[in-house]
Amino acid sequence: MSDTAPRIELHAEDVAPGDERADGREIVEGLRGYLVGFALATLITVVAFFIAQTTLVWRPSIPIALFVLAIAQMGVHLVFFIHITTGPDNTNNILALAFGVLIVFLVIGGSLWIMSNLNHNMMPMDQLMQMQR
Amino acid sequence: MLGKLSWAAIPLDQPIPMAASAVVGLVLFGVILLVLFKGWLPYLWREWITSVDHKRIGAMYVVLAMVMLLRGFTDAIMMRSQQALAFQAPGYLPPEHYDQIFSAHGTLMIFFVAMPFMIGLMNFIVPLQLGARDVAFPTLNSVSFWLTATGALLVNVSLVVGEFARTGWLPYPPLSELQYSPGVGVDYYLWSLQISGIGTLMTGVNFVTTVLKIHAPGMTYMRMPMFCWTTLAANLLIVAAFPILTATLAMLILDRYLGFHFFTNEAGGNVMMFMNLIWAWGHPEVYILVLPAFGIFSEVVSTFSGKPLFGYRSMVMATMVICILAFMVWLHHFFTMGAGPDVNAVFGIATMIIAVPTGVKVFNWIFTMFGGRVVFATPMLWSIGFMITFVLGGMTGVLMAVPPADFVLHNSLFLVAHFHNVIIGGVLFGAFAGYAYWFPKAFGFRLHEGLGKAAFWCWFVGFYLAFMPLYVLGFMGMTRRMQHYDVPAWHPWLLIAAGGAAVILAGIGLQIAQLVVSIRHRDELRDLTGDPWNGRSLEWSTASPPPVFNFAILPNVEGEDAYWGIKQRALQQAGPRGEPEYEEIEMPRNSATGFVCAFFATFAGFALIWHIWWMVIGALICAYATFVVFAWRDRTEYAIPADEVARIDRLNRTARGELPAEMQPAQ
Amino acid sequence: MSATHPGAAFSDPNLVGTGGAAGRRPAVSHAARNLASKRIIAGYGFWIFLLSDIVMFSAFFAAYAVLSGETAGGPSGKDLFDLTNVAIETGCLLLSSFTCGIASIGARAHHALMYYGGMAVTFLFGAIFLFLEMHEFAGMIAQGAGPTRSAFLSAFFTLVGCHGLHVTLGLLWLLTMMAQVFAKGFRADILRRVLCFSLFWHALDIIWVALFTIVYLYGAGQ
Repeated sequence: MSDTAPRIELHAEDVAPGDERADGREIVEGLRGYLVGFALATLITVVAFFIAQTTLVWRPSIPIALFVLAIAQMGVHLVFFIHITTGPDNTNNILALAFGVLIVFLVIGGSLWIMSNLNHNMMPMDQLMQMQR
Repeated sequence: MLGKLSWAAIPLDQPIPMAASAVVGLVLFGVILLVLFKGWLPYLWREWITSVDHKRIGAMYVVLAMVMLLRGFTDAIMMRSQQALAFQAPGYLPPEHYDQIFSAHGTLMIFFVAMPFMIGLMNFIVPLQLGARDVAFPTLNSVSFWLTATGALLVNVSLVVGEFARTGWLPYPPLSELQYSPGVGVDYYLWSLQISGIGTLMTGVNFVTTVLKIHAPGMTYMRMPMFCWTTLAANLLIVAAFPILTATLAMLILDRYLGFHFFTNEAGGNVMMFMNLIWAWGHPEVYILVLPAFGIFSEVVSTFSGKPLFGYRSMVMATMVICILAFMVWLHHFFTMGAGPDVNAVFGIATMIIAVPTGVKVFNWIFTMFGGRVVFATPMLWSIGFMITFVLGGMTGVLMAVPPADFVLHNSLFLVAHFHNVIIGGVLFGAFAGYAYWFPKAFGFRLHEGLGKAAFWCWFVGFYLAFMPLYVLGFMGMTRRMQHYDVPAWHPWLLIAAGGAAVILAGIGLQIAQLVVSIRHRDELRDLTGDPWNGRSLEWSTASPPPVFNFAILPNVEGEDAYWGIKQRALQQAGPRGEPEYEEIEMPRNSATGFVCAFFATFAGFALIWHIWWMVIGALICAYATFVVFAWRDRTEYAIPADEVARIDRLNRTARGELPAEMQPAQ
Repeated sequence: MSATHPGAAFSDPNLVGTGGAAGRRPAVSHAARNLASKRIIAGYGFWIFLLSDIVMFSAFFAAYAVLSGETAGGPSGKDLFDLTNVAIETGCLLLSSFTCGIASIGARAHHALMYYGGMAVTFLFGAIFLFLEMHEFAGMIAQGAGPTRSAFLSAFFTLVGCHGLHVTLGLLWLLTMMAQVFAKGFRADILRRVLCFSLFWHALDIIWVALFTIVYLYGAGQ
């Protein structure tokens, strides 16, 4: 892909997802990032397992708490293991991720809403089958 | 040893499939003999089968689509004639056969005509319009094509070995469960689509990456041609929607093969879950089909009006809005299946909203024509035909978006007329417009114009004759997929519809004739300059057909309508320009990976359908081994030396009159 | 139009050719800028594929969420799930993600010990995870709580099993990547594949986070 005219390089400064800017960084620095991420993720996991089984927390709040903890841990993975940042060199990566997350919420949320609506309005299948007999 | 497969699988007692298989077999045999005797096999293997060039792959996709169009249209003719005859009579197609025909018709047309046609055109043109040398992942591109071909092959094999599904083109449970469809028909459908679905998903990944990451210097996002934007939107939808299809079909496969209970009547299965998930894929799918067509029309209308596209920014916005909204309307395919009024209302309103950006696009096309010097060449005729037809079809869609109206019209012929209206008027007319528009670029000679126009008029008139009666019939209460009926008032309309199908058949005949005649007279129709239509985008700056590396020197883009700007500046400069400095170009090497992988996938699919387990395992291992072999190669590219690049480019520039006589190479 | 000798591959500019003659020339080294852009393209393409994979999982999640109550009179999650086992599985995957990170650093730095060591330990933890999961599945099937018992169990086995299948394929890929570096060294295209593998492995851990939360922690708490 070579030519002689002056060029505007669109993506020369982009970073591949999963890569971090490795200009002159030491192995130790890289390890530090993974260690911090690992420690945070472990902490969140332990908390999640704990509150799922404990009576110390108000029970109706547990599903939401678990959900929040899961999102937080996914964030830790994204930042510390996959090196997603908010810099301009990651914009395309974040946009793609946002699109994916939108679709996931539409599919799961939409399905749950629709199916619960259907289940509410329609007779259960076993009763329907019994009517046939 | 051979699972469920036995000689009884061949339907010797059914004359129609046997006759059809015999014809297809003879044609295939004849083609193979021709290729072998003329010694074309090494050329075909080297230049087409193992090619990873997006132009070759795109052409093969379009060929696949056109061949499958013939089979799908044959099914359509059979259905129309059956319905024309079956008034208080059984007709000539027994129900078990008729059911397979309408299922095969829908499956083939959507998955193996419309999708490959659009993907083929995107393949050929998008890298050229972006000023790139190829797509992001050329070998993956080849894999995608051959896996799609495998899917098409499997569906066609079902004609002669076994049977096809009788469930319609979407296999709703519980009919598609093992208990009510114990034969191999649904399995043929499921595995064929799973395999080609992988290919399509790979195409989605490939093109999203290509459009977002591979551009000529200076081509920012807002300078990309409209076709590239719609390609991006369609492929984003592929990446987002096809995994849902994969998952849903996998659940049905698990039910059928391993006795799971996702969609069964007993043990807690939920039949409606299938409808919900399959349409969560199915609605984005129709936008995957139509968005590239919208892009084609943007290109054609602006070229043949001699004006830049009106409202480029609003077109881009409208395209991306359609992309997002496509994922928010899917319940309108099952308004009548039990959801409450709140859910129905939300999705009904969302469906009406999605018509708005489409309307923006239509107005922009009309305003592009306004004040321009419109040339009514064949591609432009298809575009104008599209504008009229698609708007009509879209309006009937908005009508059905009103849930109470849909309760009357769901699954009637009104619905059938609506979706044929938008798919034929939108997708197919777009495909034909793109075919006529870009054929000279692909093959170096134009298509015969008179036959093209005649074919358009036959299609246009034939379409209205065939489908307007179906709207009437829908209002009169006729449901879809009827094998026979006894309502006298319906009969005359079905006769008219059959007549319309015959007119379309004439149109197809004219298109075949056009191709034959154009090839015969290709020297008179030769496109020497590479720019037969006075185009505006970069593909017209290359020779026809383009060299393997597309551009000798990557163009420097300075505005929208990149090539138009280059031409205007060249006219202003007048006189020969200096030669650029040519450099060596590296291109990806051919690979048999796609073909070989699809070869094993075909066996794996066939073996899964017929429960030949040892063959399944063997084929899957071989397919994996193919990838490992591919991953082990050391030389992935080959180099084209600079003087070769120079020689090829000088030929192109001579043809365009850009080189003074003393610089032109000796012929 | 068939070329019968190597030079003829270029006489027709429309012939793609295999680069027969030219292919035997020494491989031209890429400019550094081209290398970087290839890495970005490969990484981004694989990122898009991963997002599609996540959408597929979301369809299985949706099916599970809808069917999680349909036990057809059979056992439910509360009766079947052993949270200690799940905790160990989670720990294994998390550790394997960490060691995969070490392997990535090793690959980027061309440090053979870090790379091979990291990959080997990643494989070990992944294999332990799989073993524990298959043990769990076998136990459930043995007590008559297999996937054919009810819609809930069908959905459970499919969702968790799909993740396990991805882990299995990941382990196969891992071994292939170790073999490739061993055979060809830290070549640029091999490093691109290592990048894609590490993205894959981390994504599997992210999916597991959603899995253990929604399936096991919610399910056991019901």
